Amino acid sequence: MRVPKGIARWVIAACAGVLAVLGIGAALQYLAAAPEQRPELIALVGDGLPTVFVGAVILMVAAGMTASWLFRRHPHAARQLAEQSRGLLAAERGVRVATTGAPPLAELATVINQLADAYHRIEQDLEARSAETRARVEEERDRFAALMSELSQGVLVCNVDGRILLYNPRAVELLAPSASDGKAGDYTLLGLGRSVLALLDRNQVAHALDLIQHQLAHVDRPQARFVAAVANGGLLRVQVAPFHGAERRLAGMVFTLDDVSSLIGRESQRLLLLQSLATGVRAPVANLRAAAENLASFPDMPADRRAQFVDIAVAEARTLTERLNTALFEYADALKGSLTLEDMRAADLLAVAQRRISEALQLPVTIEDVDADLWLRVDSFAIAHAMTFLAARLVNDYDLRAFRLRAGSGGGFAEVDLVWTGAIVGSDALSLWEGEPMRIGSDETPLTLRDVLERHGSEAWLQVDKIRQISRFRLLLPRGRALAPAPYRGTAVASRPEFYDFDLFNRIEVVGALAERKLSELSYTVFDTETTGLEPSGGDEIISIGAVRIVNGRVLRQEVFEQLVNPLRPISPESTAIHGIDGRQLASEPTIDKVLPRFHRFCEDTVLVAHNAAFDMRFLELKEAAIGVRFGQPVLDTLLLSVVVHPSMDRHNLDAIAERVGVRVIGRHTALGDALLTSEVFLRLVPLLAERGIVTLAQALEASRATYHARLRY
Amino acid sequence: MGEISRKVLIVDDEPNIVTALEFLFRRSGYDVRLANNGAEALEQVDSYRPDVVLLDVMMPVKSGYEVCQKLRERSDLAQVKIVMLSAKGSEAEVNKGLSLGADLYITKPFSTQELVVAIDRLFDAGGAPKQ
Repeated sequence: MRVPKGIARWVIAACAGVLAVLGIGAALQYLAAAPEQRPELIALVGDGLPTVFVGAVILMVAAGMTASWLFRRHPHAARQLAEQSRGLLAAERGVRVATTGAPPLAELATVINQLADAYHRIEQDLEARSAETRARVEEERDRFAALMSELSQGVLVCNVDGRILLYNPRAVELLAPSASDGKAGDYTLLGLGRSVLALLDRNQVAHALDLIQHQLAHVDRPQARFVAAVANGGLLRVQVAPFHGAERRLAGMVFTLDDVSSLIGRESQRLLLLQSLATGVRAPVANLRAAAENLASFPDMPADRRAQFVDIAVAEARTLTERLNTALFEYADALKGSLTLEDMRAADLLAVAQRRISEALQLPVTIEDVDADLWLRVDSFAIAHAMTFLAARLVNDYDLRAFRLRAGSGGGFAEVDLVWTGAIVGSDALSLWEGEPMRIGSDETPLTLRDVLERHGSEAWLQVDKIRQISRFRLLLPRGRALAPAPYRGTAVASRPEFYDFDLFNRIEVVGALAERKLSELSYTVFDTETTGLEPSGGDEIISIGAVRIVNGRVLRQEVFEQLVNPLRPISPESTAIHGIDGRQLASEPTIDKVLPRFHRFCEDTVLVAHNAAFDMRFLELKEAAIGVRFGQPVLDTLLLSVVVHPSMDRHNLDAIAERVGVRVIGRHTALGDALLTSEVFLRLVPLLAERGIVTLAQALEASRATYHARLRY
Repeated sequence: MGEISRKVLIVDDEPNIVTALEFLFRRSGYDVRLANNGAEALEQVDSYRPDVVLLDVMMPVKSGYEVCQKLRERSDLAQVKIVMLSAKGSEAEVNKGLSLGADLYITKPFSTQELVVAIDRLFDAGGAPKQ
């Protein structure tokens, strides 16, 4: 360690001072002495000078060493201690400050080390606790996501402004555009932060909200229901209920959606059947009645007349029969069972019945045979209850010890059998039991087996094979429609779809006041186009649009727009070289006048973002008048923003910026691939802009305008 | 007619159709007996030994299904043809009737002539009637 220059100078000055004092002392002694003594004094000093010099040097060295030693032990040690202590905050656990230096400093160092230990212990503790909390929250989110994706009902949750905070996959299925108006993978208007009013009829929703508002004051659990026709032609039964946030404030609405298309389809079939019977039967009955009443009233009519009326009666009776049969045949489905039955796999019904019978009666029940592809349309609870009831009666009256279950198809029906070996049961037993309320132990329902069968439009009977001693109660149940298996959606954390975003709870969209909103809070549509060439005003056309939404600082990869466009003109070879799309691929794609209105709806209420936006916007603007849409929203350009953030860099193409802000480049040169890359880049640029004091949309637009590149024109 | 007439037992609780069917089968050369309900029908079968039973499904006391099942439980009556007549006639009911051993299940309304033809055909298919 070197002693600082200041200290060295001070030591030298001190020594010089001592020498000066000695010199001045000697000079004064010389002046005070009598003149005759002065030569003697000079001789004396002259003799002692070497000794004085050596003494002075020794004194200087000693003073220097003492100063250095003191410095090392006090001010320097204190400064070192401070530095090491500062380092402790960031250092790993176990790092110590040195306990050297003067005793009071060493003691201070020991105390600092103790404090550091305590600090690290607390830090570790906090970290462990927060990791635990994080894990629990993650787990709950996963469980919640899994639960939501398993629901057979569609669920939408909105904030008070009607912006969607959460939706589940079933809601996507129910609200998805039908195959005819969009292609697979096409977007829906369903998305986080989007308005529920785009999906459901505005007036119906408003009416439901009015009802709820009205109920809020005096009903415990207010709710409203309506049936809505949706864009894909389906009919949904919608139930709306409010939910509350902190301090019982209304926080938003939960919409649950059920597909009632088929239910309502069957209901209307029943109506049609009734109408068809009423109108089809009236005329022949009138004719038949007139003929019969004439025959009865005028027994003296001439023979040819009588023959004529008899013919009429026969012909009309035949017509009547035909009409009746036709109507019943055409609407046969309408008569099959009640409207509340649901489609389920026969195997699942048997499994339920097996568990219920064996639990209720404490008997072994085996499933002997079941057709895996057989579907039923049943009230599974009622059927399982009925089978358990039959088994209980058999055990009670015939002392049976075991049952088997079987299901197979028989014509247009499914046969579900309760099978046993041994006891032969009289054929009248079933007709007796059919009319009894179904009691199982203390479980009783007022329903009879006959009621249950009638609701299913089904029949039951007893079949006995006397030789093999095998008996079975056979239930003939309506067959159901196989439901498409739900696609496997896994619950892995990494791939969890961004179907919900509770941070949106606290957001209130104020359209028009966007300018002062923070960049980090706005919703964006990041898009890119591929074109036939580089000259929009020279007739080049869009051949592909890709877009993705950013809501609340997250790229929503589930909510994308991707559409090829038929440009109705050839594509330049240079363009094809970039995006790999040639004219033949596009012949069957929709033209821009079909695509642009859909894209316009997709980016409604958001800020547009594109790389080199001026280029893409020019293509859009040239179409606006002809197609009748206007892209009036603010536009941000990642190219300009990059210039704002890194003014000294030369290159601001997408690849270069991506590299600079640390975004991995994949899937480039498709419109959607580039839009996704741009969105990632944009999200990285937002905090860099904030470092430069650019926080609001207005500031970002102003900064963009101010850059040189903003003056580029195509 | 030289040979012995086939015997038909008509079981129905609705007098109008019984009258019509009785008339029709007598005119078609059958020997006819009537029963008003299921219980009566089972008694008649033993005394009368019909070749064919016309059985209405919806009857008081004992339904047509029960009568059918009772008849089929007896091996000595295996040759007896059972024709069920029903105003309900859903697919499930037809299925149940045939499963319980009916040879024919005919839904009302039906053509009288076709009924006779269908029954005649039953015997042609199932061999000569009992003598």
